[in-house]
Amino acid sequence: MSVLEIKNVSKIYGDLHALDNVSLSVEEGEWVAIMGPSGSGKSTLMNIIGCMDKATSGQVILDGRDIAKESQKKLTAIRRDKIGLIFQQFHLVNYLTAVENVMVSQYYHSIPDEKEALEALDRVGLRERAHHLPSQLSGGEQQRVCIARALINYPQIVLADEPTGNLDEANENIVLDIFKQLHKEGTTLIVVTHDPEVGEVAQRTITLEYGKIVRDVKNATFQET
Amino acid sequence: MSKRSFFFKMITSSLIRRRSRMLVALLAIAVGGTILSGLVTIYYDVPRQMGNEFRNYGANMIFLASSNDVQLNAENVEEAKSHIKAGQLIGAAPFRYEMVQIHEQPIAVAGTDIEGAKATSPYWLVDGEWPAAPNEALVGKKEAAHLNLKAGDTFNMVYSTENDEVLESGETVAPTAKMTVTGILETGGSEEEYIYISTDDLEALTGSAGRIDVVELSVSAERDELEAYTQSIPAAVPEVTPRLVKRVTESESQVLTKLQALVLLVTSVVLVLTMICVATTMTAVVTERRKEIGLRKALGATDREIVGEFMGEGLLLGGFGGLIGVFLGFAFAQYVSRNVFSNSITFQFWLLPVTVIVSILVTGLACLLPVRNATEVDPAVVLKGE
Repeated sequence: MSVLEIKNVSKIYGDLHALDNVSLSVEEGEWVAIMGPSGSGKSTLMNIIGCMDKATSGQVILDGRDIAKESQKKLTAIRRDKIGLIFQQFHLVNYLTAVENVMVSQYYHSIPDEKEALEALDRVGLRERAHHLPSQLSGGEQQRVCIARALINYPQIVLADEPTGNLDEANENIVLDIFKQLHKEGTTLIVVTHDPEVGEVAQRTITLEYGKIVRDVKNATFQET
Repeated sequence: MSKRSFFFKMITSSLIRRRSRMLVALLAIAVGGTILSGLVTIYYDVPRQMGNEFRNYGANMIFLASSNDVQLNAENVEEAKSHIKAGQLIGAAPFRYEMVQIHEQPIAVAGTDIEGAKATSPYWLVDGEWPAAPNEALVGKKEAAHLNLKAGDTFNMVYSTENDEVLESGETVAPTAKMTVTGILETGGSEEEYIYISTDDLEALTGSAGRIDVVELSVSAERDELEAYTQSIPAAVPEVTPRLVKRVTESESQVLTKLQALVLLVTSVVLVLTMICVATTMTAVVTERRKEIGLRKALGATDREIVGEFMGEGLLLGGFGGLIGVFLGFAFAQYVSRNVFSNSITFQFWLLPVTVIVSILVTGLACLLPVRNATEVDPAVVLKGE
């Protein structure tokens, strides 16, 4: 069953076609990597899927509902309820501790629950660092807090933008292991990345060039864990 | 944890953990609060303080007999004085004027309560001493020059009337008192043309007691209240007509009005400056927190929630700054009062909520524009990876 379906989506800025008639569909529990060089339209596609931008034309059907023409207010609510976001630069609130950063997401979604937030940090192996400020955490640890924050509200899709872009190899492996675990648990993952190694561990890789899908393949090397 | 508790947790953490940035705004609000509470304290205390200062410039009210048929005396004057509120009467000096002869020249003498004259006329400059014992006199500077008298000299004061005893030789014997000059009085006014002695000495010389021509009073009250006394006292004591010394009361009233207007103006200017400073700081805060605002929006925060959080921080800052301002303002007002008016002031408790509320309102107003800008942050733009 498709959790996300994109039909003939274009995004045009003046003369520039950032996305040009893109269509794709993502099944529930699928792990998809979106790859491509800079300027290929990856970020635009991610913003549209993440309800942070609107398509110029086409349909974006999320959980059976076309969100392409929804108001900004509705898109905010959809993003809050259905999408979990992971950023390359982590974007943690620097004056809140790790657990409080996770609770911020709960705060906007429903009710902050410290116990649940601590459990989410436990899932990413950061229970011991829960009361540290971001400045006291390493890059890898900050990214794991960001993942815990993305997962806390049980989103239908976890959308990760270059999640390992700012990490060393050891931390990249930790993050990918967490993704494998999430996939195993049935989480739908869409990962935008430059990194071929990150692309290869995904179940399916979609490659964009000049705003068009040029390749959409199932990875032969993908191993169900 | 409830949403409200987490909201306070977020805004207090933001203020405490980012204190170096917020300190500038807090300082601006605290300074604004200090000036507000300090100047308002002075504004309300100035009439009392200045009233006391003005009392140095002499009597601001006199009692006269209401008609030629009645006379002022100790009883009706005391009764009239009793209608002045306790604590307002700084001093009262009854005067009786008589013509006497000194060195065979007619001279005006005023009999008064010396202590009362000291209290009502603190500006009198005495070269020497005030009379303290019987048969001592304070001589006005012009009269002293005229009679060639100086402190320590003695002179005979003759009270001559038609009833003087006539001796067989045909000479008349008039009551006479030998007086000692204790000091020379310098005022720059008509007082220098009189000789001042105690009422007792004058009554002993004239052989008649109880008569008062005029009473000079120094009353620490605002002009409206003084005018009310000119109505209420004659109603209660018909023999007495109070009159205001307009030269003193009017200049007092004018100075107070100008001073209060100045205080209001300075307070308003300081509040506007505070607002500008807070608005500038909050604009800088919003600018440097664009990514955080974008993140919050990406996590699902509505514009209303973003406004609530930034306003919450601003208002908490305003309240805290106002609270600091109340106490610093009192210290400031106390310092001014002690150094300018040599007087202490009491803490006005009503100023506490007023200063805090005004600080919150000023901060809220200053935050409006920066906070509105915060809602315009586009998460897709500010969170873009590099």
